[in-house]
Amino acid sequence: MAVETISPAEAAAPRKVRRESQLALMWRRFRQHQLAVVSLWLVIIFYLIAALAEFLAPTDPSAYSARFTYAPPQGLHLFLQNEDGGWSFQPHVNGYKSEVDPQAMRRTFVVDPEVVIPVRFFAPSEPYLLAGFIPMSVKLMGVEGPRDPFYILGADRLGRDLLSRLIHGTRISLSIGLAGVTLSLFFGIIIGGFAGFYGGWFDSAVMRVVEFIRSMPTIPLWLGLAAALPKDWTALQTYFAITIILSLIGWTELARVVRGRFLSLRTEDFVTAAQLDGASDWRIITRHMVPSFTSHIIAAATLAIPGMILAETALSFLGLGLQAPIVSWGTLLQEAQNIRTLATAPWLLAPGICVVVIILALNFFGDGLRDAADPHGR
Amino acid sequence: MTTLLSVENLSKVFTLGGGLFGKGRDLVALNDINLTVEQGETLAIVGESGCGKTTLGRCIIKALSVTSGHVRYHPEGGETVDLTTLNKREIKPFRRDIRMIFQDPMSSLNPNMRVFDIVAEPLRIHKLLRGKDLEARVYDTLAKVGIAADAAGRYPHAFSGGQRQRIGIARALVLDPRLVIADEAVSALDVSIQAQVLNLLDDLKADFGLTYIFISHDLGVVNYIADRVVVMYLGHVVENAPTEMLFERPRHPYTEMLLEALPIADPTRRKGRRTELKGEIPYLGNRPQGCPFHTRCKYAQDRCRSEKPALHAINGTAQQAACHFAETLELTGAYDAPQKAIA
Repeated sequence: MAVETISPAEAAAPRKVRRESQLALMWRRFRQHQLAVVSLWLVIIFYLIAALAEFLAPTDPSAYSARFTYAPPQGLHLFLQNEDGGWSFQPHVNGYKSEVDPQAMRRTFVVDPEVVIPVRFFAPSEPYLLAGFIPMSVKLMGVEGPRDPFYILGADRLGRDLLSRLIHGTRISLSIGLAGVTLSLFFGIIIGGFAGFYGGWFDSAVMRVVEFIRSMPTIPLWLGLAAALPKDWTALQTYFAITIILSLIGWTELARVVRGRFLSLRTEDFVTAAQLDGASDWRIITRHMVPSFTSHIIAAATLAIPGMILAETALSFLGLGLQAPIVSWGTLLQEAQNIRTLATAPWLLAPGICVVVIILALNFFGDGLRDAADPHGR
Repeated sequence: MTTLLSVENLSKVFTLGGGLFGKGRDLVALNDINLTVEQGETLAIVGESGCGKTTLGRCIIKALSVTSGHVRYHPEGGETVDLTTLNKREIKPFRRDIRMIFQDPMSSLNPNMRVFDIVAEPLRIHKLLRGKDLEARVYDTLAKVGIAADAAGRYPHAFSGGQRQRIGIARALVLDPRLVIADEAVSALDVSIQAQVLNLLDDLKADFGLTYIFISHDLGVVNYIADRVVVMYLGHVVENAPTEMLFERPRHPYTEMLLEALPIADPTRRKGRRTELKGEIPYLGNRPQGCPFHTRCKYAQDRCRSEKPALHAINGTAQQAACHFAETLELTGAYDAPQKAIA
């Protein structure tokens, strides 16, 4: 049996020590949390959808067709059965036939398996700008004839494609969450940081304000503020105004987290040591204190995004958030408010499923991040 | 011998509670402290927990602001300055001269910084060195405290308690200071590691020409390292004497009680004495009238309950005590205490 020996030259060579940064250690701990890893992928997929909305959506979200109101979901079929019984790869959707209900005298659509409409991947389309600045003229999916129906997830009361609207709504709903949290984070870190680092009367005053804001019932407050927005504002102005209204409450939670971390770090000996080194307050904060809780802040911010998304959805659902030309999950759900829709077109509730999935994913992802950032804090 | 630092009539009062409604209560942590630190000596400050020794250290280095009194620093060939009157910018040059070693090696090193950066940080703050010179100084200082250069890229959690304390010492010494305040610098360490770190501190003292203020509750350690001992009780200095004189014949009953509490490793030499420290330290916010120690003192007389004794030299020697009966009481020392030859 051969015994491996190390030559003297090898032994004399300086040992290569593998060093792992804090970030690498954190990533390793995060990977052990399987639910969080799955959630991370889901979150990435959702944000990719939001980023590539124009490419992924088969049609324009506001293109309507009076011929196909409340058309049910067609579903996407990948294989086609030939006459001789074999299967061949042929992505397609089925057409519709209309039936008239003799009692209610109402026209309803039924998917007709006889009619096959082939679907092309990377189909050429009208030229458009991806994300507003990349010119493109190809879409992920498309049908040949412009008059052929293409409603994978069904159509709404004006015959608009629900899938396209959902994809465009993803962009608005997810970005409002991100923007709101960014704004909250900005105010939260500055205000909470000052309060925690300097303490004293400023700290007391800030904390009383935070408690006051948090003790107000949020929905009526949002409703009041949203109702006060001028009706003649453009869609973009409304979008930003809603973001600001949402962060008005959102910053308080983050300010609390930041203040708490500052308070506990301020008494640590290594902060005293930096003070005794003669470091300026700015250097102490940015170089000695903030690096030890950035991961916490990221986790807290991640956990704050679902709240923002839910708040936007709730406001828009009540008709006081974003207004009609803008498509968000909340405005989509608003259209599913009546009993007739629920009974005859349940597919219009799909945005609700998206809300549940992304919120759960963000929560699990945030939990995983938090545990990974602070393994002792559980 | 020249005086490096003198503390004059230093008092520190913390205000407890208080807020929007009503004033808080005052807690006198330091009461009229006077002491001097001579160039090149190791001055130990001892006492039970809560006696104000850490507060004193932090007031000297201006981690805490003082309520009244002065801390005068006499730099070699420079003008005497009163550190208490300086603002943040004015005190910065003196932060190079007076450095601190902390008690807990776990919390005194930033867990998110590499050892190299921890030790280099004071040099960067004072903009003393950069590039290759800075690297050379940091590695040199680390080598002096026994940390290998190839470990400098690691984070503090990769080191043991003793090694971390060495890193803390390197951070204090990298600026080539004159005075180092070691606040319970070895209390958190194992006994065997304590001896290593104490010997290291002793060696560095010679190398760097340092003066130490060594704050400790452990008289064994103090006997080993200190030239002079200041005993504190309830924010007062009760005795101030050279180490041998204090251990041979304490002049304050409180010092006697502390010495009696010293453990003796050799069972044959135990005399079955062990009169343990009686009573609790009175609450600082509710300090007794007269001599602060009279509530626990077995020699206390009526005079002690009404009149506060002043710190005075005993029979013209270097030994000072704050006791009315310092000259007459026959107090037992601790001959059996571990001696300096232990190393």
